[in-house]
Amino acid sequence: MQIMKRSGGIALLATGLAAAIGLTAGMANAADKVVMAVPTFLTGAGAPAFGVPARNGAEVIIEAINKGTLPAPYDKSGKGLAGRQIQAVIYDESGGGVKQVAEFRNKVQKQGVDLFVGYISSGTCAAITPVAEELKMLTIFPICGTPRIFEEINTNPKYVFRTMGHATADGVAEAHYVKANMADVKGYTGINQNYAWGQDSWRDFDLAMKQLMPSVPASDKAQWPKIFSGQYGAEISALMLSKEPLVHSSLWGGDLEAFIFQGSARGLFRKKKLLFSVADTSVYRLGKKVPTGVILGARGPYGIFAANVDTPLNNWFRKVYIDRYSVPPVGGSYQAAQGVLAAKFAYDKAAAANGGKFPSKDQVIAALEGATYQGIAAEVHMNRSNGHQAATIHQIGILEWDKDAGEPIMTNVTTFPADCVMPPPGVNGTEWLKGGMKGAKC
Amino acid sequence: MRYIDKTVVGLTIAFLALLFADFFMAEWMRFIGLQSLARGTVALGLLVLWRTGLVSFGHALYFGFGAYAAAMLTLLGYHDAFFLVFAGTLVAGLLAFLLGFLLRRYRAIFFALLNMAFSMILYGVIVKTEALGSTDGFSVLAPTFLGYAPEGEAVQTTLFLFTLVFTYLITLSVHLYLKTTLGGMSMAVRENEIRVEYLGYSAEKVIHVKYVFSGLVAGFGGAIMALAIGQVDPDSMANWTVSGEFVFITILSGIGNVAATFIGALVFELIRTYAFEYAPQFWQFILGGSLLAIIMFLPDGIWSVLSRLRKAEKAPSP
Repeated sequence: MQIMKRSGGIALLATGLAAAIGLTAGMANAADKVVMAVPTFLTGAGAPAFGVPARNGAEVIIEAINKGTLPAPYDKSGKGLAGRQIQAVIYDESGGGVKQVAEFRNKVQKQGVDLFVGYISSGTCAAITPVAEELKMLTIFPICGTPRIFEEINTNPKYVFRTMGHATADGVAEAHYVKANMADVKGYTGINQNYAWGQDSWRDFDLAMKQLMPSVPASDKAQWPKIFSGQYGAEISALMLSKEPLVHSSLWGGDLEAFIFQGSARGLFRKKKLLFSVADTSVYRLGKKVPTGVILGARGPYGIFAANVDTPLNNWFRKVYIDRYSVPPVGGSYQAAQGVLAAKFAYDKAAAANGGKFPSKDQVIAALEGATYQGIAAEVHMNRSNGHQAATIHQIGILEWDKDAGEPIMTNVTTFPADCVMPPPGVNGTEWLKGGMKGAKC
Repeated sequence: MRYIDKTVVGLTIAFLALLFADFFMAEWMRFIGLQSLARGTVALGLLVLWRTGLVSFGHALYFGFGAYAAAMLTLLGYHDAFFLVFAGTLVAGLLAFLLGFLLRRYRAIFFALLNMAFSMILYGVIVKTEALGSTDGFSVLAPTFLGYAPEGEAVQTTLFLFTLVFTYLITLSVHLYLKTTLGGMSMAVRENEIRVEYLGYSAEKVIHVKYVFSGLVAGFGGAIMALAIGQVDPDSMANWTVSGEFVFITILSGIGNVAATFIGALVFELIRTYAFEYAPQFWQFILGGSLLAIIMFLPDGIWSVLSRLRKAEKAPSP
């Protein structure tokens, strides 16, 4: 008996703790709300330039949806998602794929999340896709760029959507731009992070260049720093010594800013022509320190490219955003907002088809599949990968500093139609590029 | 009867209770429980080393090795949990056996940092290997169990059962081992190595055995983790911060009892989960703060609360 009595301690601690906390489960998920999880970088190198602006963009839209203050074309759709208020659960995306998959399960099982709109890093999206399909959870990726999501990881998605173009669009648009504006370029090299996004960005740009400008050689010494490494001394030295005049880079967030600071100090931007595919996120943060004359993209018509788009939705978004955060919205803000709008559009459309009653998850999915809806800056066509992958127009330009206005501006902007830069529906991006981009409508 | 003491009885009751609870637990609780069992098992290996006076800052090496071994076998088409976990445990143990020849000669900070150095080599290799997804890692499909292929929630229920049974057996054997002469040698080596040698035992051999054991259980924990989460990546499996988490759990638990490591691991998971939920921007701060609090107020870990309670219980009786 003595033994029994004392050993109860271990057993009690283990099971009591488990039971006590187990009881608190399942109390979330109130019936009159839609719980929307919004994972984005809140800490670490991805946060200041990308994660936080993305969160801000999502917040502006979620608040307007809940209050019913969105302008046209969403002004007649009432408050909330199909009449229900959004309860946003914003949380941190940092820590890597394993941690995020664990957290995804946690949010679904513990907090009763109804849908996810988020994830910035391609690495996280790649890790999340299988588990989202396994748990049958509606998941909208607004930002991450790796084409592998629907080309390798899941070629027949049911629950996962992406509401912007992927890295292939960036690579193709950049190659077209280089061909049109730097016809006599002698060669190109690159600096990209050694993970899904960096590898895919370089591969697609390289393949597109081989098709469009086959006589221009690529360097075999492209640089591959680790993601979030922050130190680029060795890489900058290698780039300075390389003979290729054009440098392609898909660095983003804190990595990009560190690279720009370190590169500027060593005169890299005077010596080489840089092509940044996601650098728009940093142009307002860096202010006068931005390297002018670089070729710049925002992964679509977002951020600085949308500064002069004169539609009620865009004017409203910029005004509310600037009033609230006192900086202009960047690409990440636009893209996150576009992802949340997809949910608004799909829930409302599904409710309308359902006779005004709140739709089921399957009805929402059916409403979003293959649809066309209005994003903040551009129309979004969900017409790739069985209607789960978006295509939009794409823009590339050259960054300059406007002395009079005291702000950065885009010059020499070229707009590419979606069907020019994205592979046609049902075609694998890499094969499309290798086969000479058949079916592209430029 | 001489093997049955209060810890054995307590562990058995906890085992049976959890076995039963498995079928009723909230899904997220089971998931946290699964991770706690996996991390707790690794901490068990650290506990054994700790009792010998050794702290390792590099057990993510074996954890990551076990996880990646199991995950890579799924890429080759093997999906049986028994095989994957066995293989993950074995290769990690083998690695520990080989490295043990070098590491058993070092003590204190040299031992801790050499372990870390080896773990960062593995980390570097994984990060540079594009076929293994570099920093992204890759997904691991749900396992099967001797031909039984569960779906949906049953995957986690079965895996929990599987993990629970093996963890119980491992924990029990560690507890019994620590009571044997070789097990008791731990403290002796820590207190006075020279005397141990004079008694006719080889301190290095004692350490080597314990080191291999810690490698085996870390590999087991890693393989379980890979299957439980369904994803492996170097930052969550092989980085030095992961080794740090294991040391964290060991400090949190205290080395008083084998059961403590699992309670410590559970508390760690809970702190992290709730900190993450309620303070998404400061969760690391809360995690660090609680470690600090433990070191300051409970230097012997959570287990010391239990022993203090017992002393208090005894005091009033005449």
